[in-house]
Amino acid sequence: MSSAVGDLVSQPYKYGFVTDIETEKIAKGLSEDVVRLISAKKEEPDFLLQFRLRAYRQWLRMREPDWAALGYPKIDYQDIIYYAAPKEREKKQSLDEVDPLLLETFDKLGIPLSEQKRLSNVAVDAVFDSVSIATTYKEKLAEHGVIFGSISDAVREHPELIERYLGTVVPSNDNFFAALNSAVFSDGSFVFIPRGVVCPMELSTYFRINSGDTGQFERTLIVAEEGASVSYLEGCTAPMFDTNQLHAAVVELVALDDASIKYSTVQNWYAGDENGVGGIYNFVTKRGHCRGDRSRISWTQVETGSAITWKYPSCVLQGVDSVGEFYSVALTNHRQQADTGTKMIHVGPRSRSTIVSKGISAGHSSNSYRGLVQIAPQAVGARNYSQCDSMLIGDQAAANTYPYIRCQQSNASIEHEASTSRISADQLFYLQSRGIGFEEAVSMMVSGFCRDVFNQLPMEFAAEADKLLSLKLEGSVG
Amino acid sequence: MIRSEAPVLLEIRGLHARVEDQPILHGVDLTLRAGEIHAVMGRNGSGKSTLSKVLAGHPAYTVTAGSVLYRGDDLLALEPEQRARLGLFLGFQYPIEIPGVSNLEFLRVATNARRQARGEEELDTFAFEDLVRERLQVVQMDPAFLDRSVNEGFSGGEKKRNEILQMALLEPLVAILDETDSGLDIDALRIVAGGVNHLAGPDNATLLITHYQRLLDAITPDFVHVMAAGRILRTGGKELALELEERGYDWVDEELARWQPTPVEVA
Repeated sequence: MSSAVGDLVSQPYKYGFVTDIETEKIAKGLSEDVVRLISAKKEEPDFLLQFRLRAYRQWLRMREPDWAALGYPKIDYQDIIYYAAPKEREKKQSLDEVDPLLLETFDKLGIPLSEQKRLSNVAVDAVFDSVSIATTYKEKLAEHGVIFGSISDAVREHPELIERYLGTVVPSNDNFFAALNSAVFSDGSFVFIPRGVVCPMELSTYFRINSGDTGQFERTLIVAEEGASVSYLEGCTAPMFDTNQLHAAVVELVALDDASIKYSTVQNWYAGDENGVGGIYNFVTKRGHCRGDRSRISWTQVETGSAITWKYPSCVLQGVDSVGEFYSVALTNHRQQADTGTKMIHVGPRSRSTIVSKGISAGHSSNSYRGLVQIAPQAVGARNYSQCDSMLIGDQAAANTYPYIRCQQSNASIEHEASTSRISADQLFYLQSRGIGFEEAVSMMVSGFCRDVFNQLPMEFAAEADKLLSLKLEGSVG
Repeated sequence: MIRSEAPVLLEIRGLHARVEDQPILHGVDLTLRAGEIHAVMGRNGSGKSTLSKVLAGHPAYTVTAGSVLYRGDDLLALEPEQRARLGLFLGFQYPIEIPGVSNLEFLRVATNARRQARGEEELDTFAFEDLVRERLQVVQMDPAFLDRSVNEGFSGGEKKRNEILQMALLEPLVAILDETDSGLDIDALRIVAGGVNHLAGPDNATLLITHYQRLLDAITPDFVHVMAAGRILRTGGKELALELEERGYDWVDEELARWQPTPVEVA
C-alpha cells in the first residue's frame, strides 16, 4: 500500500476552543456528600435523591469493565469534578437572559439559538458542561403536547413522568458507568411525545464540554406514548485539552404500542492529537425499550471523535412485532480506539432487528465492532439481519469484529455478514487518472462505503456527516 | 493523412522506468502529433502496459531517466489527476471496481474536473444527465449502468465500454488505450472500436496498446511500433502489424539478440 495513504493525518479539530466563562464548580472527588450536594443544588425531589444514593452505593461495589478491546490508563475517579455550571443570573426565562457569551459559543459551533438565526425546522436543547442553557421552540412544541427541554426542568415540572420512566430501561446498577451516571448526572434532555402525536419538527440536543477537569454526565430520557413518533438528533464537541475528560452518559428510550423513535448521533468530541494525547473518554450506555407492540426504535450513529469510545446503543424488543435498528459509522484515526456496536434483545414474538455497522480505521487507530443478538425462548419468529463492514486505510490500523449470537428459539432467523476491505492504491489511481484529486478520491470511497448509514440520517445531517468525515480525512494524505 | 507539421502533443525521449526494483523501460522514444493514431505492439512483458501507467502517473512506477513533454510541458512533474484534467486519458486493461461509488456521480465529478481545467462551466446533475445520455450512444451502453457502482459487477465488455464512455465525456487530447481489445467478443470489439474511431479527430492523438492485429482491423493506425525489452524496436506503417501477424514475434527475439544492451541511466 502506498505510504501516501498510510500517512493519514486528520485536519485540525475546529471546535477546539475554550469559552472563557465564569463557572461554578464543586470540589474534586466523589462521595455520598457530593451526590447529596448535586441533588440539593438542583433542588430535586426526594425520590431522585434516593435514586442517586442507591446508584452511588451500587457503584461503590462495582468494577470498571475491562472486557472491551481498549487500552487506557486507570481513571482516578477522585480527580474529577462532578458538577460544573456556567454562573447564571437567576433562572433564565427567555433567551435574552442567557449569557451572550454562551450564545456566541453555540453560534461558533454552528448551532445558532437566537430567534432570528435558529434552525427553522429543528428544535435545539443546548447543553453546556453540565447544564442545559436554552431550548428553542419550546412553546411551539408545547402546543402539540410535546415536552422538550432539560431533564432538570422536567424533574421540576413533570416529576411524575420522571419517576415513572427514569431508570426503567437502564437500571442504575446496569453497569459501572451507568451507575456512576445515575449517581451524579447533572443534566441532559427530556422528550415526551404524548399518545398519537407525530412530533412536528426534528428535536436536537447539542452537548458542549467546556471545562478541562470536569466530567460530563448527561442523562437523556425519551418517551413516545402509544402511536407517537419523534426523530431526535444529538451532536457533541469539546475543546482541545491535553488531559482526558470523562464523558459517561446514559440515554433511555421508551416506545409504547405503535410508537416510533429515531435517535441519531453525530459524535465529534475532541479525539486527542496525532500522538494520542488528550481527548474525551466516552463511556456511554444507550438503550431503547420497545415496550409496546409494533413499536420501533432506530439508532443511527456517526462516531468520529473521542480518544476512547465504549458505546453500544441497544434495543430490548419486548413488544410483539417490534422493530429495532442500528446503523453505525465509526471512524477512527491516529491513536483513537473505539469499541462500539449494539445489542438486540428479542423477547417479543416476530420482533425484527437490523444492524448495519461500518467501521473505518486509519492511522494507528483500533476500531472494534461488538454486537449481541439474543433471541429469547418466547420470541417466536424473530428475525435479525446484521452486516458489519470494516475499511482499513493505511497499514497500521486495526479492525475487529466480535459478533455474539445467543438463540433460544428454534423458530427464528439470524443472518450475519461481515467484510473487511481496504482502499487500494489501484482504486485511488483509477479515480485520480480521471482527474479526481487524491483526497476527494478517498472521501468518495469512504462516503460510498458509509452510504447505507448516511441514508438513515435526517436530511439536514446526512450532508453534515458526509462533510465531517471528509474533514476528518482531509489534509490527511500527502 | 500523416501531417508532420501538426502540433506535437506527446514527446517521449529516452524514457527509463522501474517498478519496485525491477527496471522495465530502457529508453523509449515516441512522438505523437495531433490527428495521429499509433499502435504499440509487443509481447506480454515487453513494457507496453508499463509505458501507459508511467504516462498516466501510477505511483508504483518510478521514472529513472528520460523526459516526457505533453504539449511542450513536463508531464512527469504533474500528479495523475492534473494530467487527466489537462487531457491525458488512460483506458485501463483491467478497469477496477469501486464499490459504493456511483458510476454516474463518478462520471460527473470527473467530467467537471476536466471542464473546469478547460475553463468551462461545471455541469449540474441535470445538464450532466443530458450529456451522459448523449455520449452513451457512442458505446451503445445501457443507461442502467449509470446507477451501479463504478465497474462493480460489470462484465469485461461492459467495463471496456465504460472506459470508452469516460473517454467520450472527458474528450482527451491524448488517449492511451491499454489492451482495450482484451476480453472482448467480436460484437463488443466492434462497438468499442467504433467508439474510438468516432472520438479520434484532427486535434487529438490515440495510442493503442495491443498485441493482436484484430483491433487494428477495426481501427487503422498511422504508425505501428513494436516494443520489446522496454524499448521501441521498430516503427512502421500499418503493414508492420500485418507482418507481425504473419511472422509472429519470433523475429523480434532475433533482432533483440543482435542489440547491444545499453546501460541504464540513473536519474
